[in-house]
Amino acid sequence: MSASAIFILDLKGKVLISRNYMGNMDMNKVDHFMPIMMRMEEDADSSPLVTHGSAHFLWIKHRNLYLVAMTKKNANAALVYSFLYKMVEVFKEYFKELEEESIRDNFVTVYELMDEVMDFGFPQTTDSKILQEYITQQGHKLDVGAPRPPATVTNAVSWRSEGIKYRKNEVFMDVIESVNLLVSATGSVLRSEIVGSIKLKVVLSGMPELRLGLNDKVLFEITGREKSKTVELEDVKFHQCVRLSRFENDRTISFIPPDGESELMSYRLNTTVKPLIWIESVIEKFSHSRVEIKVKARSQFKSRSTANNVAIMVPVPSDVDSPKFKTSTGSCKYLPEKSAVQWNIKSFPGGKEYMMRAHFGLPSVESTELEGRRPITVNFEIPYFTVSGIQVRYLKIIEKSGYEALPWVRYITQSGDYQLRTN
Amino acid sequence: RYFPLLHGPGVTPKTIIIFELKAELNNEKKEKRKEAVKKVIAAMTVGKDVSSLFPDVVNCMQTDNLELKKLVYLYLMNYAKSQPDMAIMAVNSFVKDCEDPNPLIRALAVRTMGCIRVDKITEYLCEPLRKCLKDEDPYVRKTAAVCVAKLHDINAQMVEDQGFLDSLRDLIADSNPMVVANAVAALSEISESHPNSNLLDLNPQNINKLLTALNECTEWGQIFILDCLSNYNPKDEREAQSICERVTPRLSHANSAVVLSAVKVLMKFLELLPKESDYYNTLLKKLSPPLVTLLSGEPEVQYVALRNINLIVQKRPEILKQEIKVFFVKYNDPIYVKLEKLDIMIRLASQANIAQVLAELKEYATEVDVDFVRKAVRAIGRCAIKVEQSAERCVSTLLDLIQTKVNYVVQEAIVVIRDIFRKYPNKYESIIATLCENLDSLDEPDARAAMIWIVGEYAERIDNADELLESFLEGFHDESTQVQLTLLTAIVKLFLKKPSETQELVQQVLSLATQDSDNPDLRDRGYIYWRLLSTDPVTAKEVVLSEKPLISEETDLIEPTLLDELICHIGSLASVYHKPPNAFVEGSHGIHRKHLPIQHGSPVSAGPAAPIEQAQSVIPSQGDLLGDLLNLDLGPPVNVPQQSSMQMGAVDLLGGGLDSLVSDGHSHRIANNRVYLFGLECLHVHISLFIVYLFPQIWLPAVKAKGLEISGTFSRRQGQMYMDMTFTNKALQHMTDFAIQFNKNSFGVIPTTPLPIHTPLMPSQSIEVSLPLNTIGPVMKMDPLNNLQVAVKNNIDVFYFSGLIPLNIFFVEDGKMGTFLYFFIFFMSKDIYTVSGKLQNDNIYTIAKRNVEGQDMLYQSLKLTNGIWILAELRIQPGNPNYTVKHPPNLNSPHSELRSHLLFLSVEV
Repeated sequence: MSASAIFILDLKGKVLISRNYMGNMDMNKVDHFMPIMMRMEEDADSSPLVTHGSAHFLWIKHRNLYLVAMTKKNANAALVYSFLYKMVEVFKEYFKELEEESIRDNFVTVYELMDEVMDFGFPQTTDSKILQEYITQQGHKLDVGAPRPPATVTNAVSWRSEGIKYRKNEVFMDVIESVNLLVSATGSVLRSEIVGSIKLKVVLSGMPELRLGLNDKVLFEITGREKSKTVELEDVKFHQCVRLSRFENDRTISFIPPDGESELMSYRLNTTVKPLIWIESVIEKFSHSRVEIKVKARSQFKSRSTANNVAIMVPVPSDVDSPKFKTSTGSCKYLPEKSAVQWNIKSFPGGKEYMMRAHFGLPSVESTELEGRRPITVNFEIPYFTVSGIQVRYLKIIEKSGYEALPWVRYITQSGDYQLRTN
Repeated sequence: RYFPLLHGPGVTPKTIIIFELKAELNNEKKEKRKEAVKKVIAAMTVGKDVSSLFPDVVNCMQTDNLELKKLVYLYLMNYAKSQPDMAIMAVNSFVKDCEDPNPLIRALAVRTMGCIRVDKITEYLCEPLRKCLKDEDPYVRKTAAVCVAKLHDINAQMVEDQGFLDSLRDLIADSNPMVVANAVAALSEISESHPNSNLLDLNPQNINKLLTALNECTEWGQIFILDCLSNYNPKDEREAQSICERVTPRLSHANSAVVLSAVKVLMKFLELLPKESDYYNTLLKKLSPPLVTLLSGEPEVQYVALRNINLIVQKRPEILKQEIKVFFVKYNDPIYVKLEKLDIMIRLASQANIAQVLAELKEYATEVDVDFVRKAVRAIGRCAIKVEQSAERCVSTLLDLIQTKVNYVVQEAIVVIRDIFRKYPNKYESIIATLCENLDSLDEPDARAAMIWIVGEYAERIDNADELLESFLEGFHDESTQVQLTLLTAIVKLFLKKPSETQELVQQVLSLATQDSDNPDLRDRGYIYWRLLSTDPVTAKEVVLSEKPLISEETDLIEPTLLDELICHIGSLASVYHKPPNAFVEGSHGIHRKHLPIQHGSPVSAGPAAPIEQAQSVIPSQGDLLGDLLNLDLGPPVNVPQQSSMQMGAVDLLGGGLDSLVSDGHSHRIANNRVYLFGLECLHVHISLFIVYLFPQIWLPAVKAKGLEISGTFSRRQGQMYMDMTFTNKALQHMTDFAIQFNKNSFGVIPTTPLPIHTPLMPSQSIEVSLPLNTIGPVMKMDPLNNLQVAVKNNIDVFYFSGLIPLNIFFVEDGKMGTFLYFFIFFMSKDIYTVSGKLQNDNIYTIAKRNVEGQDMLYQSLKLTNGIWILAELRIQPGNPNYTVKHPPNLNSPHSELRSHLLFLSVEV
């Protein structure tokens, strides 16, 4: 069904640790993986799926590691990739950071985890919080409190254990919206998309039942409250804990939350919004002599909001020298390793416009290598603000012990994949 | 380094490590032993062979330390296979651990047991496994469920004999969702290699259990269940709809793999829903947003999603037709994502969005990544061919790109411009001059061939066409075959268009091709042209310069049967490779291929008939093509050949002696006849087109024939039809006395020899036989027309099966048409043989004849140069001068039906 074996390789392709799940393939086949990857790299080619004879390798890369699943069957590829990413997540929860060093230092735990998260190619429990209840990093004696599989592992509620206790019951919510933007070189918006997510930090005792109310347009239409400002969510994705059929029926978001931090939901909107930060640029290249750059940045949101940590990356040819900058606000830095100028503006209130000019020298002997026309990218964050207008109307918390719990919320909008093509 | 004296000679630093570990493993202190096992595992991890420590490690198995136990188990899994005899030592511990009060230990034992692939051990594991399958703790049961699949992989027979499959089926009704999910997963895995395709016994009750568990199990469990559901065939649309309703909420799951598996179920069951129903349309609308969201995932997940969207867009273009913008390429997309997005963009391109698409493509064509740029340029050409209104804009975009002088851009652009010319002839030749300017920079065979083709095709409008082509001739032998062939044709075209100035050139190329070349294709083509030119230049002109059918817009669609099969594999490797699983999974040939469910009440029967039905939609534009072909202007060129060859000044290269060889007199007769065009549009005719694909199929599965399996295909070789079969004996006894017999069928097909199996077929042996066939047997119309019922006998019993004969085996070898038109010539004769004789002369072949109620029926076939076969049934009524042409009844399919006007020509002798 999915993986016959899973390998963790270093950058050279050496196996750091592996687990043979099905025993139906020669584990040495993985030695072909790296040579194939090198060959593809020479051809400037790349694919997350490589084949050698009857062996198929599905891989992802994380820092200085390759995680490779090997199969000879018609495996569920989507499942394998999601599983590999899930493994990374689990390892990160255990070892803070997943890299060569942490694998070497913790090989016993890695083996234990690999044994638990997948069986015969079928992914099993991958919730790190639950795993941590019975796969711990210290040795156990069986008679004195060896862990048992928490009932949670096989329960319908497989993400929260019973008997959690806090003195003060609180829930913290982060509503984070990322704006993805693609603007053509002629200045027309090709794509604009908002990807939002609601993250929870749950500090609640017992098995609380939560219900989240949003100003969801579909919900308001069902309940006949059409006057208020609503948001039309194009596609919503929920954490395992949310009752999907309930949402499908009456748009109620009800769930028993996992303890601690988790992403409750994500959503996507295609509504075209005015780009929050608009860039106009002129990049003039005078061959063999100089490059002149003029960039104008305008904030197109209400003046009561402010964008923080704005960083505008403007691409320049890789062989420029002697940079000179002039800005009306903020500071500029030439980043040779990225072949770009970074213009930083710490605080950018709404409805303002700033200018930047840059001047570079060009060598008289030009490099023959063709350079791609990279886009200008912009990073920013605007606190206390959502572009979509989404709002958490309530979060109801009911637990049978009847405690009072406080919900907290924080809104922020930030740049996602924010690209403006250049000429 | 010094070693202790007791070791003696022969000890190296490598072996001393083993010695030391051995000592530590036998240490009295538990802690020391644990550290030692850790060291052993560490050594194992870095690839050192520590198998010689087997007995010492196994000795540590009986421990009360969980971590140590896990390490020992890990060691066992790795080395048991290489030390099978010693592995037995571990059995007792396993059995004991399966009784441990801690469910974690019980599960650990049962999980590890299954991973020890030693035959001798497996039989000891049955009893513990049986207990664990009924364990009170769901954690143990879910682990035991998977263990059954493991055991099945090692010893399938034993699993079956021990009744473990039934136990697994019982677990589907388990109260715990995780247990259900694992049982489903295990059964699905087993059924892949099991002859019984319905191992899970999917019925409405079980389906209901699965759907309930779907709401409660982990994300992975949901995937197992959805994948399993997708194999179910609902009995009617109501059942299909109710399953869809319960699956749809999964589209909101955060895990992309859950979403894709849900999409698979929905895409399959959509087939069963009536297209006009509200629910059908609601469901279509619900599919689009989750598919788009998949593109916000990790790049690898995006890639899987895009490959699948590529299939979905071909199967149901309406789902994503509004979403083209999400496939616009971002600068930082990985190359594999960029290329896939581009492909989908072209599939979604339409008149409505073409301006945006073109602007994007132009942008991409100026990037630096060579593969991507090439594909973008090709895409512009495909847009021109696909969206007629955009052709002009595409051409001017391509011209702009040619002006960039970036070498590979220019070459790619010229290749696609050639195709644009083939789609819109005589429309854009004004740009030829610009193209010619770039002649010198073309160094890739594709581009050179394209340029040469253009020059040859438009030679009459290019003043210096002869000089241009001559320049290629200099290095003729260094060119690739493709370029040589194109050059040969182009120069012949040039000669036919401008005979006076180019004699020398054509002689030169013909002699290069025929005398100096070793390549058989080139020589053959050279001789064909040579003889054509020397014998009958008028016909030569007719043949070489005839109008060609326009190329169709969608040349890269996945063949519909394959597409349907791939839809059943959404999310899997097959959907990423766009190949059926049996093309890349070893030993999967006996496995039933998946197909979409078929709506009940529709006349199409399941199984092998489906490919032909669906194959028709692959060539949506062929209707126009055929129409054009049949409406070709026949006007003036029909003339007397002999004199014209003088007029044209044809070079008599081979002398008149060849005349008799190439002309059979028949063509002269046609040419000398006056042609009347009398019945234009007099008759509406349905002609169904179809393409036949050959896959070996299992005609007779072993379960139906007491162990005899027959698979095969029909084929035609050297003018002889064959039924190629593989007989496999899957029974335990040998088989002898084979015989075969056909029922009466539409084409009178019968075997010409007895079944050539003379030796007994031993158990698990296979034999391949080719049974020669002819068509002189009794005729009876079958439904479908090409159905063949077969009886096979052996010493055990008689078995029956039926298969569909692909019609192409009835087509004779020389079915290839000339490049010019075929037409029906009817003599006002009542003699059926005359008619078929006349038709045959024009490559319309009579396949079968029959007499129904006093009317003669002729079954006709002809083949167009592009490989499309046309079938017709010709009805001749005595005394009636009109012949009725009808399409074959079983090929009537709504989307591929073609109405065309046939030209009726009468030839006066």
